[in-house]
Amino acid sequence: MAETATRSLPLSGIHGGSATVRLEPAAPATRIALRVAMEDVGTLSGALGVDLPVRPKTSAFANGRTALWLGPDEWLVIDEGESGLMTAAANSGATHSAADVSHRNTAILVSGPGAADAINAGCSQDLSLEAFPVGACSRTLFGKAEIVLLRTAEDAFRVEVWRSFSDYAFGLLAEGARDAAL
Amino acid sequence: MLLIHCPYCEEDRSELEFRWAGEAHIARPENIAAISDEEFAEFFFLRNNEKGLTYERWRHIHGCGRFFNAARDTVSDRFLLTYKAGLPKQPVPVAEKFAAIAEEKSVETWEQTEGDAR
Repeated sequence: MAETATRSLPLSGIHGGSATVRLEPAAPATRIALRVAMEDVGTLSGALGVDLPVRPKTSAFANGRTALWLGPDEWLVIDEGESGLMTAAANSGATHSAADVSHRNTAILVSGPGAADAINAGCSQDLSLEAFPVGACSRTLFGKAEIVLLRTAEDAFRVEVWRSFSDYAFGLLAEGARDAAL
Repeated sequence: MLLIHCPYCEEDRSELEFRWAGEAHIARPENIAAISDEEFAEFFFLRNNEKGLTYERWRHIHGCGRFFNAARDTVSDRFLLTYKAGLPKQPVPVAEKFAAIAEEKSVETWEQTEGDAR
């Protein structure tokens, strides 16, 4: 019998892409789904060490944490390191709702010159740099799965997807990547 | 593909991200226990189902998640206006004019047809 249990990511070991697009699963991360009223945004920003953005479709990055605007009072906060996101939020002293969704979501990193085209295979949003600049983020649909899309560089995106949809999302991205290289 | 303007995201998004959520501006009775069954049925079940300009609630369910209100023409399926939830019914002056013209025309056409038949 095995002495230790190992936890593997839903997409662990998977790889794919094409001549112009690279697809890889992101490293494990801590994530919280955060709901805060407008008047407490400042307090929570201080507690988390990252300024929660208040403009639509924007994100902020500080101290290894990324805060993504999802709605007028809703954010997804991602920490790629070992973090105490839940503790930090709980210690803020402000009224809020934080749900740990670290294992509900997984992420796919899409990069390369054809990255936007690969995502547009299943997502109808305008991903030109004018409409969706670096740092822009949005909850949207990719095929039939809901995703949270974040542009991390001119030719790189992070696709946050629920773990049960991750096979589907990766498969559709692989198809999109093939088409983007044609 | 139909594009819908989300007043919270402040941009046009694909209809796929949205869900219809019924007629807008239906006020809940202040003392719901005191109203009669007929009044409750009127408030709870009966909707106008108007042809032409109609006010509806929509939800940007796969985007910001917010409910908002939309003025829509049910004949052309065109969204004339969207605005944030909680705001009073917003006027759509241009649309109202168009609706009136359309109605006038249809009446004329019907009368003409009837006249020809006789």
